[in-house]
Amino acid sequence: MPRAYDVVIVGGGHGGAQAAALLRQSGFEGTVAIIGDEPEPPYERPPLSKEYLAGEKPFDRILLRPRVFWSDRGIELLTGTRVTAIDPLTRTVAANGDTIGYGHLIWAAGGQPRRLSCEGHALAGVLTVRTKADADAMKAAMDRVDAAVVVGGGYIGLEAAAVLSKFGKKVTVLEAQSRVLARVAGEPLSRFYEAEHRAHGVDIRLNAQLRRILGTDGSVSGAQLADGEVIPCQLVVVGIGILPSVAPLIAAGAAGTNGVDVDAYCRTSLPDVYAIGDCAAHVNMYMDGQRIRLESVQNANDQAATAVKAILGTPAPYTATPWFWSNQYDLRLQTLGLSTGHDDFVIRGDPATRSFSVIYFRGGRIVALDCVNATRDYVQGRKLVEAGATVDRARIADTTNALKDLLTAA
Amino acid sequence: MPTLIVTTLDGTEHRVEGVTGRPVMEIIRDNGFTDMLALCGGARSCATCHVYVGPDQLALLPDMSEDENELLDSSSHRKINSRLSCQIVFNGALDGLHVTIAPED
Ligand SMILES: Cc1cc2nc3c(=O)[nH]c(=O)nc-3n(C[C@H](O)[C@H](O)[C@H](O)COP(=O)(O)OP(=O)(O)OC[C@H]3O[C@@H](n4cnc5c(N)ncnc54)[C@H](O)[C@@H]3O)c2cc1C
Ligand code: FES
Repeated sequence: MPRAYDVVIVGGGHGGAQAAALLRQSGFEGTVAIIGDEPEPPYERPPLSKEYLAGEKPFDRILLRPRVFWSDRGIELLTGTRVTAIDPLTRTVAANGDTIGYGHLIWAAGGQPRRLSCEGHALAGVLTVRTKADADAMKAAMDRVDAAVVVGGGYIGLEAAAVLSKFGKKVTVLEAQSRVLARVAGEPLSRFYEAEHRAHGVDIRLNAQLRRILGTDGSVSGAQLADGEVIPCQLVVVGIGILPSVAPLIAAGAAGTNGVDVDAYCRTSLPDVYAIGDCAAHVNMYMDGQRIRLESVQNANDQAATAVKAILGTPAPYTATPWFWSNQYDLRLQTLGLSTGHDDFVIRGDPATRSFSVIYFRGGRIVALDCVNATRDYVQGRKLVEAGATVDRARIADTTNALKDLLTAA
Repeated sequence: MPTLIVTTLDGTEHRVEGVTGRPVMEIIRDNGFTDMLALCGGARSCATCHVYVGPDQLALLPDMSEDENELLDSSSHRKINSRLSCQIVFNGALDGLHVTIAPED
């Protein structure tokens, strides 16, 4: 007889761990298993490019739950186990040669870092930042590295650059676009972070094309740009996004082109199969109803709650407000809403003071805020984003107006 | 051994070991209480680690930062003795500290 659980969760990251914990917290008494391919119990991913990488927090402090939690709550935690196939007819998954049955399946497999394909991509010292193993590899390399090249000026790449430069490494960031954070933020924020990194000695190269990675004895020795310039380095950190891990779902017939499609209750097109977190392409009300994937702790947690409610027979659609944070140097960025596709923005406060916010509009409505060392705006701006408020630009730019007063006056 | 007293959402009181140098949020989480989300892991960005501190013990704690104060304002359950537990670092002088997990917003 194959093993079977009432709920099988694939992926023991932020979404999967929260789904299991919530099932128990909601009084669910059925059997629950988390099948995850990493060797560790569920842990927090954000510190991998922040405090964990910097050695400020040991691993046990970034565990999402204590090690004994899972067995204490009757949650079977199968670590180091990869699900390779799903059969929706027999309601089973295949993992490490086993067949495991499910009543409900929650797919929370996140994504795999996109890798380089250029010459030299497989050299020792070319690393990504997604797992503890990745961060450990970078920490281990730290001692023998003088210079590092970070490919990709997104949040993770920039956070890694900040940590590396803090450790005295000569860091070069290669960004293919004309500004860093181009995919996730507006120009003022990009320019601010470029200037901050440069002030910390990081060489930010925009419109930069990596041609190949050079090696000596199998290890990285440099990065060559399209124009022929060679930047000597012993470490290449690749931060160019993720590819959602959904192959077994799609092979089983689930709909999806970029990740797996889910409805407002996190249901895939396969019966009793849910998907949450980084891999779930959902219609987001903060993106004018476009289908998107969101890569954030907020989204993983809130979608876990959505899937669990649906499984427990108390469905409620996913409507959570997106939020995110990023820490670089002494800069605390907090974002609310989604700025993608904005057609206008206002800067509130003076970036030169290193405390300011960028407020984004789409079609005249406030859709997002990026707040740098400006927690008050982050807290008070939430209602403006949730209401899609249409506040006058001059009034919102004027820092003598508290954001919380602008909604009622709008 | 210094003690931290935690009251969970159902009103039950639990006594756990207080670990010097650790944020109270981590002590609560590491004892397996699920009532508290602490979503940002102590990055001072979520306010989901909100607790009420024993009113007579407030004076034992260092003043809150402006950020903590602002974040607490995001909760409709804020009281005079509200704190973010990720911002309170436990130490021997806090032996017997009593925190009550605040309801989620
Ligand atoms: C370095 C870094 C920094 C970040 N910083 C922030 C931040 O500051 N703020 C923020 O909000 N978000 C941040 N994020 C994003 C956030 O961590 C993710 O959005 C979140 O982890 C998504 O949760 P998830 O459950 O969807 O996926 P994950 O947490 O990635 O978990 C998925 C798990 O499933 C496993 N898995 C995959 N395929 C299989 C399979 N077939 N079988 C079994 N197991 C499988 C994976 O190995 C992984 O363990 C950061 C991410 C990274 C990598
Ligand atoms: S854990 Fe997020 S603010 Fe305390």
